[in-house]
Amino acid sequence: MGTLTDNLEPPEGVVADTATETLSDVPLAELAARHQLRPSAARPGVLAYAGQLWERRHFIFGFATARNVAMYTEARLGQLWQVLTPLLNAAVYYLIFGKILDTSRGVPNFIAFLITGIFVWNFTQRSFITASRVMPDSLPLIRALPFPRGCLPIGYVLIELQQLFMSMVILVAIVLATGEPITWYWLLAIPALALQAVFNTGMALFLARLGAGADDFGQLMPFLVRTWMYASGVMYSISTISTLRNHATLRYLLEINPAAVFITLVRNAILQSQRLAAPGSKPFDQQKCNLYSSHLSDSHFLYYSAYCHAQITSGQFWLYGAGWAVLALVVGFLFFWQAETRYGRG
Amino acid sequence: MADPTVIVDDLHVVYRVYGAGGDKGTAATALMRVLKRQRRPSVREVHAIRGVSFVVNHGDAIGIIGRNGSGKSTLLQAIAGLLPPEQGCVYTSGQAALLGVNAALLDDLTGERNVVLGCLAMGMSPQQVKDRFQSIVDFSGVGNFIDYPMRTYSTGMAQRLRFSIASAKSHKILMIDEALATGDANFRAKSHDRIMELRGEAGTVFLVAHNLGEIEASCNRVIWLEKGKIMMQGTDVPAIVDAYLEATGGEPRKRDKPTPTPDHTADN
Repeated sequence: MGTLTDNLEPPEGVVADTATETLSDVPLAELAARHQLRPSAARPGVLAYAGQLWERRHFIFGFATARNVAMYTEARLGQLWQVLTPLLNAAVYYLIFGKILDTSRGVPNFIAFLITGIFVWNFTQRSFITASRVMPDSLPLIRALPFPRGCLPIGYVLIELQQLFMSMVILVAIVLATGEPITWYWLLAIPALALQAVFNTGMALFLARLGAGADDFGQLMPFLVRTWMYASGVMYSISTISTLRNHATLRYLLEINPAAVFITLVRNAILQSQRLAAPGSKPFDQQKCNLYSSHLSDSHFLYYSAYCHAQITSGQFWLYGAGWAVLALVVGFLFFWQAETRYGRG
Repeated sequence: MADPTVIVDDLHVVYRVYGAGGDKGTAATALMRVLKRQRRPSVREVHAIRGVSFVVNHGDAIGIIGRNGSGKSTLLQAIAGLLPPEQGCVYTSGQAALLGVNAALLDDLTGERNVVLGCLAMGMSPQQVKDRFQSIVDFSGVGNFIDYPMRTYSTGMAQRLRFSIASAKSHKILMIDEALATGDANFRAKSHDRIMELRGEAGTVFLVAHNLGEIEASCNRVIWLEKGKIMMQGTDVPAIVDAYLEATGGEPRKRDKPTPTPDHTADN
C-alpha cells in the first residue's frame, strides 16, 4: 500500500522534466512587469489605502452593527444588557468610591461627576482592550477575504461608539436625576466625544498592530489600561485633589493626559456643578481658594474652588483634545498601514 | 502569444503557529525559558511553501493536487494575497478571489447578516447586495435557516452558503479550494455549472480537489505539490494524476473515454 509518511519521488519516465516546462527564459519579475502584473500582497500608498477604507465604509458599519447585535444573543436578557452593563458599572463604582472610600470630598454632585467619568472612560478602555486583540481574533476572516485590514480596528471602535450612545442615554437620566439642569452647554459633549472617538480610532489602529504579533501584549493591556484609569481622574478631581496640591508639574501632566482631557471636556459640558466649581471660572481670590482647600468636607465652601488658579483653561482643554486626536490618528494610521500586508501571518 | 495572468516567482510562505506541542505548559518552565533566553518551543514556524515558481496564462484552468498538508491551500492563500510571502513574489493581473472551506464568516451572526457582510467585504455596494441577496439565498438552498446563526448550520449548509456568497461576484482570477466537498449531490451539480460559468467570465481558474475526476474534467493543467514543492506539473493531466495515484498508493483511475467523469461531460 501507500508510502504516506515517506518522501515521495516523482516516478521516472512518466512525464519528463515537467517542473520547468512553463518557465520562460526571461526572469519572472521582468515577465510580470512586461504584462503589467502587480504583486498580490502589495501595500497600497497611504492615500490609496485611506481611499480603500472609505470604499469599505458600508462593510465597517455593517460589521460593527452586526457584532453589536450578536454580542448578547446568548444571554436571556438579550439587548437589555446594553443598558444593564453601564448601570451596574455605575452602581459598583458609586458604592466603592462614593460611599465606602468617600473620595467625594471637595467635588460637588459627586454621583454625576463619577458616573460621567466612568462612562467616558469606558469608551476608551474598551476600545483599547478590544483593539489590542482584534487581529489575532479575526485571523480566520483575514485569511478568508481580501479587504483593507484597517476595517477591523475601526469597526471595533465603532462598536464601542454604539455602546457609548446607550451609556449616554442612561447618563442623561442619571444626571437629570441628580438635579443638573439642561443647558446649551450639553451640545459641547458632541464635539468632545467626537474628538475622543477620533483619538480612540487612531490608538486602536496603533494597538491592533502591536497586538498582531505575540499574544503577550494582549495579556498586558488590561493592566496598563487600569493603571492609566487611576491616573486619569475618573473617580477624583485632578485639579482639586489635596494630594496633588504641592505637585504642580505632576498635576499638569495628569490633567493633559488624553483620557483626563476628554473626561474633563464632557464633564464641563453636561455638569453645571463642574463648570461652576472649575478653578479659574471666577476671578482669582487667594482667601476663598484657601477656604476651599481647608474645608474640603464642608458643603458650604464646595464651589470656592472656582476662585483658585486654573492650571489649564477650558480653551486649552479643547486644544489638547484636538491635538491628541489628530496626533493619535496620524501616528496610528501610518503605523498600522506599514504592516498592512503582514497581518495574515499570525 | 501567451497572456500571463498569474506569475509565481520562487515563492516561500512561512507562518507561525502558537501553542504547538513540546512545552510542559507550567509557569515554572516558562520562567526558566525566559531566564535562559530560549525561544518559546511552542512557537513553531511552518515552512509551508518552499520555492514554487510557475506561470499561468489567460484561459487556463489549473488543478492542484497533493496529499493533505502539502501546501495546496497555503499556495492559493498566497496567490490571493491573504498570506504574505516570506520570500519571492506572486504577481497577478487583478485581485484573485478565493472560495474555500476556510472562508470562515462570522459564526455568531445569522446567515442573512453573513450574506450582506460577505458581499460588502468583497467590495459590493449596498444596492448591489440588495439586488443579489435573494438569488444568493436561493442558490445556497438553506431556506429558512437563513435567519439562524451560522453556528447552527451543518457543515454542508455552511459551505453552500459560503460558496453562494463568494460566487455572487464574477472574478478575473478564481480559486476554488475544496469548496464543494461536503455539498450534497444536487448542490455539487449546481455548483459545477456555476464554476464553469465563472470560468468563462474569469479567464483563470485554480481548483484544489481531492476528487481527481473533478480535476480531470475541469482542468487543462495540473500541479502536483508535495511538502511545499512542485513535484510535477504539466498539461498531460491524466498522466500526472496517475503518477500521483501510484506514488500515494491509490488505485489508478479507470478511463473508458478520453474525457472521463460522466456527470460533467456535458459542460465543456
